[in-house]
Amino acid sequence: MFFEIKDLSIHYSTGGNTFKAVNHIDLSVEKGQTIGLVGETGAGKTSTALGIMNLVPNPPGRIVSGEILLEGKDILKMSKIETRRVRGNRISMIFQDPMTSLNPTITVGEQLSEVIRVHQKASKIEATLKAKEMLETVGISGDRYGEYPHQFSGGMKQRVVISMALACNPELLIADEPTTALDVTIQAQVLELMKKLKNDFDASMLMITHDLGVVAEICDSVAIMYAGEIIEFGSLEDIFDSPSHPYTVLLFGCVPDIDSDVKRLTPIEGLMPDPSRLPEGCHFYPRCPKRIPICAGEAPVNVEIGDGHKVKCFLFGKGAALN
Amino acid sequence: MNTLEVRNLKKYFKTPRGMLHAVDNVSFTIQEGKTLGVVGESGCGKSTLGRTVIRLLEKTDGEIFFEGQNVSDAKGKKLKALRGNTQMIFQDPFSSLNPRMTVSQTIAEPMRIYKRGGRKEIVERVRELMETVGLSQRFQDSYPHELDGGRRQRIGVARALALNPKLIVCDEPVSALDVSIQAQIINLMQNLQEQRNLAYIFITHDLSVVRHISDEILVMYLGVEAERCPAKELFKNPAHPYTRALLSAIPRVNIHKKTERVILEGEITSPIDPPDACRFAARCQYALDICRRREPALTEIGENHFAACHRVGEAL
Repeated sequence: MFFEIKDLSIHYSTGGNTFKAVNHIDLSVEKGQTIGLVGETGAGKTSTALGIMNLVPNPPGRIVSGEILLEGKDILKMSKIETRRVRGNRISMIFQDPMTSLNPTITVGEQLSEVIRVHQKASKIEATLKAKEMLETVGISGDRYGEYPHQFSGGMKQRVVISMALACNPELLIADEPTTALDVTIQAQVLELMKKLKNDFDASMLMITHDLGVVAEICDSVAIMYAGEIIEFGSLEDIFDSPSHPYTVLLFGCVPDIDSDVKRLTPIEGLMPDPSRLPEGCHFYPRCPKRIPICAGEAPVNVEIGDGHKVKCFLFGKGAALN
Repeated sequence: MNTLEVRNLKKYFKTPRGMLHAVDNVSFTIQEGKTLGVVGESGCGKSTLGRTVIRLLEKTDGEIFFEGQNVSDAKGKKLKALRGNTQMIFQDPFSSLNPRMTVSQTIAEPMRIYKRGGRKEIVERVRELMETVGLSQRFQDSYPHELDGGRRQRIGVARALALNPKLIVCDEPVSALDVSIQAQIINLMQNLQEQRNLAYIFITHDLSVVRHISDEILVMYLGVEAERCPAKELFKNPAHPYTRALLSAIPRVNIHKKTERVILEGEITSPIDPPDACRFAARCQYALDICRRREPALTEIGENHFAACHRVGEAL
């Protein structure tokens, strides 16, 4: 396995409260594969991404358990120098907001060539040339090397951020809501670009998003996150054709489908639980329309309901017998 | 009855580099109980349009009729009455609520300003409104920071309903919310519309949402109307090349139905002193010479279906 997350838990502690942002998640990515990590605000998606890069702000955050294995080697156990060699070089990240992830006082080209200089020990001239080349790859003229971020539009800034993430040919790309801040037409451009680059560079990708449309577009498999846990995992077809966890099913009902007519949407009642007071048992049971008595007391475990299609719900496996 | 009629509305802003044409020659009508969806990319003038029609911004030119009365230049009492009848729900429930006011104070404020009843009546009315929008009574003394985005947006809805308006301009009311919460708010807004016969102007960049909620849709591009027609028609027979590109850009939730995608090159151009040309021409794959020389007029190409494109009659 190329990349694996095993039993990752991340907690944040403030003022005597412990917020359990990520709870015992397992995830693996094969070479060249794109996995979608889907969930609502507060599901723990971004914490997971920061955990992978070992960038969880500490304090207040802390990785309490787990291993993050890149070709069998645990990133969390690496020395600072080793981690630096991995970060940006082998694994890189595209952050959500292009407006805040670029330094407004340094030219775009300078920021891009810095990445190359630091990671590839290139000379200044080599780095400049490579930076211009990277800008061209994402459809921005190399002549704009000397411009500042404010001279770029939102879509272009995001493309700069993408080119920065790709500058060192990473093997794994983590994209945290890369298109959320963009208009649909620009989103389409960026998605098209990411697909192309993924093929050209043969990179694996972890795509964090709340947009099921984006997932359908670009991912090979999908992990659905809720309250810090992956509650369902499967191939794109598994999740879109036979969503099984009640939360996944409801999530699809919330999105107006452009190809069909419904008079009313079916929202999920209630709210995501407070991560400092997660309910006992299944975290979704207070909002779940299909809950059964066992859900309140016991935490469900993964049940494999198809080849590689896993669900954390008592309606399947052991619980199904009780139902 | 027509709740709102807008004729050739223009809103320009003076900038150091010239006149910015934020809204240019937009016309439409909305009937009682109906929804007009306004879509377009950021910077196309949709929010400016929403604010200008309810007179939060002063128009540059054009006419606005509210329930048949010309309110384009209404002042004083007349303007105040208009504002009571036309309310607004804002995009960001985090910045559109006063952080120093409790939920009940926020909802009561419009009624206090408009002197709708005494203290007791207002308290009673606030209670009713909170129930209508699905906010539990226990939140009445809470401050906005204590509530999540969905509940905050419900306060925004309750406040907009406080004066029993006839028209509500909703500027991206669900864009900042998670999908599960988004569905709750959309359903709430649809229920309220049915109960109260409200007219909505629903401004959004989310085409799936706009299709779901609108009766008619106006597609804007750089301040002008690119296309306007009944909602279903727009998705079935989009006529303007821009509308087609916009529709094809939506990521579909369906994995088996893939559409041919038109990727628009470049970005939206500048709305400052636009030349006499089609504003979309620079990004249009069908653009001809004429598109760059003359601005196309909005023409009726089917029943209630308008589009502004020189090549609209041709099969592209």
